[in-house]
Amino acid sequence: MSESISRRSFLKGGVAAAGSAAALAVPSAAAAGSDGRGQLATLLDIRKCIGCGACVEACRQVNSSKAPEPQKPFPEMYPSRVPVEDWSDKRDVRDRLTPYNLLFIQQAEVEVDGKKETLTIPRRCMHCVNPPCVNLCPWGAARQYKNGISRIDYDVCLGGSKCRKVCPWHIPQRQTGVGLYLDIMPSFAGNGVMYKCDRCYERVAVGKKPACIEACPADVQQIGPRADIIARAHELAEETGGYIYGETENGGTNTIYVSPVPFEELNAAIEKGPGRPHFASAANSMDKAENLTAAMIIAPFAAIAAAGAKFYGYMKSGQSDNSQGEA
Amino acid sequence: MKTNTHVIARKGRIGNYAYGLTLFLLALTGFAQMPIFKRYYIADIPGLGWLAEFYTTHFLHYLGATAILAITTYFAAQYLLVTRRYRKLSGSGAARAAILLGIIVSGILLVIRNSAFVPFSPAVVTGILLVHLGLTMVFLLFALYCRFAGRPWTIPV
Ligand code: SF4
Ligand code: SF4
Ligand code: SF4
Repeated sequence: MSESISRRSFLKGGVAAAGSAAALAVPSAAAAGSDGRGQLATLLDIRKCIGCGACVEACRQVNSSKAPEPQKPFPEMYPSRVPVEDWSDKRDVRDRLTPYNLLFIQQAEVEVDGKKETLTIPRRCMHCVNPPCVNLCPWGAARQYKNGISRIDYDVCLGGSKCRKVCPWHIPQRQTGVGLYLDIMPSFAGNGVMYKCDRCYERVAVGKKPACIEACPADVQQIGPRADIIARAHELAEETGGYIYGETENGGTNTIYVSPVPFEELNAAIEKGPGRPHFASAANSMDKAENLTAAMIIAPFAAIAAAGAKFYGYMKSGQSDNSQGEA
Repeated sequence: MKTNTHVIARKGRIGNYAYGLTLFLLALTGFAQMPIFKRYYIADIPGLGWLAEFYTTHFLHYLGATAILAITTYFAAQYLLVTRRYRKLSGSGAARAAILLGIIVSGILLVIRNSAFVPFSPAVVTGILLVHLGLTMVFLLFALYCRFAGRPWTIPV
């Protein structure tokens, strides 16, 4: 399926590119589908990034009004193993994802065309086409918009961090001592709020570009309909002999990286760990459940058929029993 | 007639066990959707570590849901085709059926949401989740009460 889509969108993207080379305005998304139709994606050309960090500063600025302001001391949490995650005294940290730093620049020392080079790569939420962080949130605090943006509602999140655990890149970051859990049973359930890139959903809703895209002096990122972005990524990869990441990972994401070196190399060269996502392969995490959905649809019909077949016999023999008994 | 009900009752016992086991699996994996088993050491009990693996419990919950859809439909069909000729739903049986239906319908809505074909607003999702969880608690308590108070699902007509 993804192949046919990419072929179709390749053609479409080619026509669009021929028609206009103008900067892309952010279109509003049409009907969304599970295959990413109607969703907006971003393309990140890793070669272009000069690592200036302007995007990181822009991101911090637009998100400063949403940044957590925790109350201290934190309510005691039981049992004592529940970890306090407090970034409020480490707001300046910029070399990983934190609740105050939703975008960071990852570095990779690699060899490009026989020359040693340091690549700089902006990292944030991938905005999966079918995001497990949204689907599996037990509280409905995370949502996905038709335009492919997934967002955690900071007013609703209880900070249980399930989204981080189920995210193939463990993107969302927790701040203890803020949010709704304080009003429920702060000692026994919840642990703050999870933060991640919301791809500037308010700006995109009014046709503006995300702040990090706008601030970049090197035009590293583009945003547009997913099909077009994928077509462009393939064109770019073909032109430059590059490699693509994000098109199929976790069943497809809306963040497509194009790199001059294979992602295995990049993944080996970057520092990974908490708040520092990998570039490894990621299988579709919702796959198994999706396969069962078909079985769920069939189950009641199969049961009716089974019951019908079985009780038809009973009813018939019951009638003949009766008639015999009455006779 | 008597022989038939006898056979159905005996066969029904297997169905009842399947129903009970499936409900247990669903309740366990359902509660495991909340990040509580790790926090409260339950997943530390040897052999229960999988209760903290969200993808595992989610898959098992779907598996249980598939089974409960089949089992409840089968029971309903059995009731409509055969049982209701000589037994009828008791008051508590009707109440349990209604609550179960609510749990199933809200569960189906959540499966639809997960398949990403239809975007639901977050308030609606939270509402459905609360209904699903709330009705489950009510059902479990009520089912326990019925069990110990000896309230059968059906009574003779
Ligand atoms: S990358 Fe992680 S946090 Fe972002 S949408 Fe995908 S699952 Fe959610
Ligand atoms: S899209 Fe917005 S929130 Fe996301 S990284 Fe860029 S500036 Fe930050
Ligand atoms: S602003 Fe552009 S060039 Fe600078 S670090 Fe960010 S993506 Fe790279």
